[in-house]
Amino acid sequence: MHQRSVVRVGASLLVASLALTACGSRGEDDAGGGTSDKKVAKIGVIAPLSGDLSALGLGIQHSVELAAKQANDSNAIEGWTIEVAPKDDEAKPDVGKNAATALAADKDVVGVVGTLNSSVSQSVQPVLSSAKITQVSPANTNPALTQGANWKTGPARTYPGYFRTCTTDAIQGPFGARYLFEKAGIKKVATIHDKKAYGQGLVETFTEEFKAAGGQVVSAQTINPDDANYQAVISKVKPSAPEAVYYGGEYPQAGPLSQQMKAAGLNVPLMGGDGIFDPKYIELGGKTSTNDLATSVGAPTDTLETAKKFVADYNAAGYKDPYAAYGAYSFDAANAIIAALKESLKDADSAESARQATIDAMSKVQFDGVTGKVAFDQYGDTTSKVLTVYKVTGGKWAPVQTEDFAK
Amino acid sequence: MDQFFQQLINGLTLGSLYALIAVGYTVVYGIVQLINFAHGEVFMIGAFGALSTYLLLFDDQTQVWILPIMLIGAIAASVITAVLMERVAYRPLRNAPRLAPLITAIGISVFLQEAVRLFYDKIPGFPSAKQRIPFPQIDVVTGPAIQIGDVTIQRAGIFTMAALAVCSALLWYFVNRTRLGRGMQAVSQDPDTASLMGINVDRIIVVAFAMGAVLAAIAGVSQGLQNSNIDFRMGFLAGLKAFTAAVLGGIGNIQGAVVGGLVLGVVEAMAIEYIPGQFGGSSWKDVWAFVILILVLVFRPQGLLGARVVDRA
Repeated sequence: MHQRSVVRVGASLLVASLALTACGSRGEDDAGGGTSDKKVAKIGVIAPLSGDLSALGLGIQHSVELAAKQANDSNAIEGWTIEVAPKDDEAKPDVGKNAATALAADKDVVGVVGTLNSSVSQSVQPVLSSAKITQVSPANTNPALTQGANWKTGPARTYPGYFRTCTTDAIQGPFGARYLFEKAGIKKVATIHDKKAYGQGLVETFTEEFKAAGGQVVSAQTINPDDANYQAVISKVKPSAPEAVYYGGEYPQAGPLSQQMKAAGLNVPLMGGDGIFDPKYIELGGKTSTNDLATSVGAPTDTLETAKKFVADYNAAGYKDPYAAYGAYSFDAANAIIAALKESLKDADSAESARQATIDAMSKVQFDGVTGKVAFDQYGDTTSKVLTVYKVTGGKWAPVQTEDFAK
Repeated sequence: MDQFFQQLINGLTLGSLYALIAVGYTVVYGIVQLINFAHGEVFMIGAFGALSTYLLLFDDQTQVWILPIMLIGAIAASVITAVLMERVAYRPLRNAPRLAPLITAIGISVFLQEAVRLFYDKIPGFPSAKQRIPFPQIDVVTGPAIQIGDVTIQRAGIFTMAALAVCSALLWYFVNRTRLGRGMQAVSQDPDTASLMGINVDRIIVVAFAMGAVLAAIAGVSQGLQNSNIDFRMGFLAGLKAFTAAVLGGIGNIQGAVVGGLVLGVVEAMAIEYIPGQFGGSSWKDVWAFVILILVLVFRPQGLLGARVVDRA
């Protein structure tokens, strides 16, 4: 029966090809150059520079490049040039880990801005931490990254070198829940998440607060992020007649989900976190995405007085991709590292020897960034707790409400 | 019970898509005993062909008469890809050991994916394929769902199921009633004797590839309409599922591919609805689909309807 053995060999080859397509790093362009007599300190970037989430990742990369360029132009650190070393993590934990290992091996790297995904940070943290490299994420919102797995009951800092400039899901989920319950008057929701660290964490904190407020979660479902058709899940949710669907995950899935929800006659708004807050969401969600909601960290970038200069500089620098949802946070993250480097590199001979000193200096960093005041608490979280609700109106995300959600 | 019918419809919609792609695997396998793993990419290129036609000719329009033209664009793109693939990659390996074309197929699959990923936006006016691209929403076949009792049917789903029905009927007619189709049957039974009887085997093989490509192109458009977006990786998972469907139904058997696709789709939808607890839900549906495949292969190795290939080894 030769034909069946071909089927069998074929199936195993297919599995092998699955594994093969998963690895193999894609093109990365190191920002080379550098002047001769100055010493070089590098800030790494670990973000998805290719794939579905590359719009966000490239925004992060260019914003860091902008911060480095401005620091070099103003000669912020005497005797040192700052270079940016971007690495693609393809939004995958294993690829991110490799990127972190490569950066840790580079003696010039003192700090890293990244990652975008909380799940990637989970595998990046241990690598950077053991090399004593400062990591500042502009976008990780999973609370466990700073406060440990038991962050609800006994928060404990796990990685002293990890900081972030955005607020966490511990605040974002409840903020979304409060908005839906109190402002939008919605009492029954269904939740869907993609089983990734970010999505699941967001839905958990949302659910808790929504129930505490007196609301009802009528259906809790999950999807597979590799899927493109969510019809069956939507059919499962629909009979429970939710007044809104809260989605934990990112826009490449959320956009089509919203579109398919409405095409299947489930005409209720979809709400998500900062992961769906991107123009691409509206493009994928189509016309029916109007009235969908998203929460995102901080105040809207273009309304902040401090951010206007950043937006103008970014546009003037002529980067190919927009700064996207996390540009301003990445810019602040890079500037936080640069501020710490001013302290740590002062008397250092080499970038590598300044790694620990940079971590120590980070906790004292305080400045007015483009997203507001930049400072870190004892866990490495930002002290700012400002969040904004956005709604899709006329094909754009329009801010509805900005609030300081300090509890 | 309404939920049962609802998920049945969802399953049949999904299954029709698998079935359309699975026919391409099965037809090619039936004739050259090659599992064309690049067939998923033919499906993906069909979807991109439709999108390109739309962007070039009708950007921002949504009238229904555009759909046939998009379908023609999709079919053209898929058929050209499949025929070129056969000519450049498989024909030189016709008499090579069987593993060689199989590995070539995987190579072509990766090549086509990466080519679309890297070069689609190099064509002026086309978006980058590195991210999901919204697929045009055409009147009549997309839009508000149709409500029958408590069962909701998506318009794109009806389109897919109708496409499968029409394609199956035409395919049956083609294979059983035309000269070319009978030639295909003859080649699949015994290529040497068939060529002695005056059948041009090379031509039949090209026809088989082209036929699979036509169905895959229609499936590509259906998936675009159903999911409202396409991306360069869409062929991989769909191809894997369609291959599973072809094996499930009995590889080499055209009816088997259709039945296998529908069964697979329904199993996935039902698994989401009826398996409770930790192993239920959307993220486990693929597991249940493959469990069914394993069970069928254990108890009925020839597939549900039986493989229709004469063993030539």
